[in-house]
Amino acid sequence: MTKVLVHIELEGDDVAAVSYQLLGLARKLSGQDGKVDALLVAAEAQDHLPALGIANRAFTLSGESAAAYLPEVHLKALVEAARQSQPDIVLTAYSSAGLDLAAAAAAAGDFSLVAYCEEAERDENGLIVTSQLYGGRLVARSRVVLPALLSVIPGAFDEAAGRMSGAPEAVDLAHHLDLSQQRMRLVEVTAPEGGDVDITKAEALVCIGRGIGGKDNIEEAEELAELLGAEIAGSRPVIDSGWLPKTRQVGKSGMKVAPRLYFCLGVSGAPEHLEGMRDAGFIVAVNKDPAAPIFEVAHLGTTCDLFDLLPALADRLRQTAP
Amino acid sequence: MHIAVILRLVPDLSDELDLAEDGKSIDREWVGIALNEFDEQALEEAVLLKGASGASVTALALAGEGSERMLQGALARGADTAILLEGFEADYLDSRAAAPLFAEALRALEADLVLTGVQTIEDLFGQLAPYLGILLDWPQVSAASNIVLGDGHCTLRQEYSGGRQALIEVDLPAVVGLQAASQPPRYVSASKLKEAIKSGQITRRTVTAAAMANPVEVQSLAPPDRSAGAEMTADDPEEAATQILAALEARGIATR
Ligand SMILES: Cc1cc2nc3c(=O)[nH]c(=O)nc-3n(C[C@H](O)[C@H](O)[C@H](O)COP(=O)(O)OP(=O)(O)OC[C@H]3O[C@@H](n4cnc5c(N)ncnc54)[C@H](O)[C@@H]3O)c2cc1C
Ligand SMILES: Nc1ncnc2c1ncn2[C@@H]1O[C@H](COP(=O)(O)O)[C@@H](O)[C@H]1O
Repeated sequence: MTKVLVHIELEGDDVAAVSYQLLGLARKLSGQDGKVDALLVAAEAQDHLPALGIANRAFTLSGESAAAYLPEVHLKALVEAARQSQPDIVLTAYSSAGLDLAAAAAAAGDFSLVAYCEEAERDENGLIVTSQLYGGRLVARSRVVLPALLSVIPGAFDEAAGRMSGAPEAVDLAHHLDLSQQRMRLVEVTAPEGGDVDITKAEALVCIGRGIGGKDNIEEAEELAELLGAEIAGSRPVIDSGWLPKTRQVGKSGMKVAPRLYFCLGVSGAPEHLEGMRDAGFIVAVNKDPAAPIFEVAHLGTTCDLFDLLPALADRLRQTAP
Repeated sequence: MHIAVILRLVPDLSDELDLAEDGKSIDREWVGIALNEFDEQALEEAVLLKGASGASVTALALAGEGSERMLQGALARGADTAILLEGFEADYLDSRAAAPLFAEALRALEADLVLTGVQTIEDLFGQLAPYLGILLDWPQVSAASNIVLGDGHCTLRQEYSGGRQALIEVDLPAVVGLQAASQPPRYVSASKLKEAIKSGQITRRTVTAAAMANPVEVQSLAPPDRSAGAEMTADDPEEAATQILAALEARGIATR
């Protein structure tokens, strides 16, 4: 019998979409006669149990120390849940929390580990796992010996498969954890700073990546945005270089957007970027590297140099502009 | 205050990635190598902290092709000392395998704060910072930025999706997987680099720890399936522009 333990995350007041994706995967890997355990650390964890109907059992940690995410608390809870559950497979999301937890829990519990997982199947000896590597340039297929921990890319698995209401048996971890000796403390959580625009509301976005080369070149992309009636956005390196404000960042640690048009220039398409824009209606990608992973999710692509293409686009748009 | 920064070389993605003959790894013989971009951010944050509070900075790397030059670069950027770790056989160690070697060196250094990039593009078997946190039994935080040193602790920001951030106070010693430095990495002039190459001292240390096992066998590496991917335009920019705008018009988007 296969046992799977899933680390659940919250998004605001609800169970996160990615956690349902993990629960669906957990049930697929455990089979109907296997067992799925969930771990939920939240201010009032019991409130969320009905949403975790896929799970047979839920380890919970509630109260003040569980109210907001703190790496140390979640790690202690995950290590303890794994100790009690003795799972064959542990699933965490490749999220900020997952980055803290996956390798640490694997080392603490002596689990093998595969990261950036996007597909997983049982085979007689363990698991066959497909994962992304080199910023999505290559896909690795690995044979994994159990017990194993998989860190799973958000969006890779079906969410509906994990949405089922029910009443998993609750196991309170509070008495099994010593949270009196904390080595880190949460000072505050801040909401995203308000900016000049909310790019999540834009109908069209022109997104620039590192390929734009420098701050001085942004003007040309801004002109395209204006001609298309689009807002300008950027990939993480563009924001970190100070070329655009943080409020305009698309991706895992930025905004999740789904405009009708997503026009990206010099963006390679790393998994952390795709996470924020793959649901856009029509994606146009300009990247001179034909192997760039952005072309996997784009609808229309071109390998022209962006500095050759931009003037050609602008000329045509200016001619048709009223 | 002593800050250790771990630096790693990774394949340069602006080069083509060729597979090795066995189809299970990349051919490392010809591919260009570059300092892991997040490690570069970690180094910059360490040097900024040195400027702000007088901490000393040690850069650490595993011995291997290009590592010495990388450490000389770190000295040119403001690291005080550079240490090259030797004593292992493999040409390439992933983050999980390498963690015990770094942990051994870090214990000997008595570092107060260990900074390393949040990830590398090769972290198929997990990221370095959380492995180190467990091996050293120090608190660890990943996806972090904006470190400020305090008395016996530091504060930092952890980033979540949607732009939310937490401000966390962490007791030292600690391990941090850095996302971005508080300022973009500084430019190092060629003359400074030359000087570091001439006079920069690199210390060699032998580590004896065994690599961390991971019973995972990579069976194959391959480019992703492109069958559902983008339709491609003509190569000529004028033609491509016409095709792109025609596609937008056909869908009735963003054309006035
Ligand atoms: C925890 C975590 C969170 C992250 N969150 C985010 C996030 O929210 N958003 C995000 O974007 N990234 C995020 N990243 C970073 C991500 O891993 C990538 O590093 C980043 O997306 C790469 O940005 P890029 O595509 O602009 O740059 P690169 O990967 O450097 O790509 C630049 C591209 O431009 C092309 N190019 C260069 N010159 C030209 C030209 N003249 N014409 C046409 N094409 C050209 C190149 O071929 C290349 O493909 C995160 C990483 C981590 C670890
Ligand atoms: N209201 C909440 N209560 C407890 N944990 C939360 C809450 N909101 C977010 N989290 C946790 O904070 C971490 C980061 O969230 P996210 O913004 O989705 O990356 C996740 O592990 C969530 O589970």
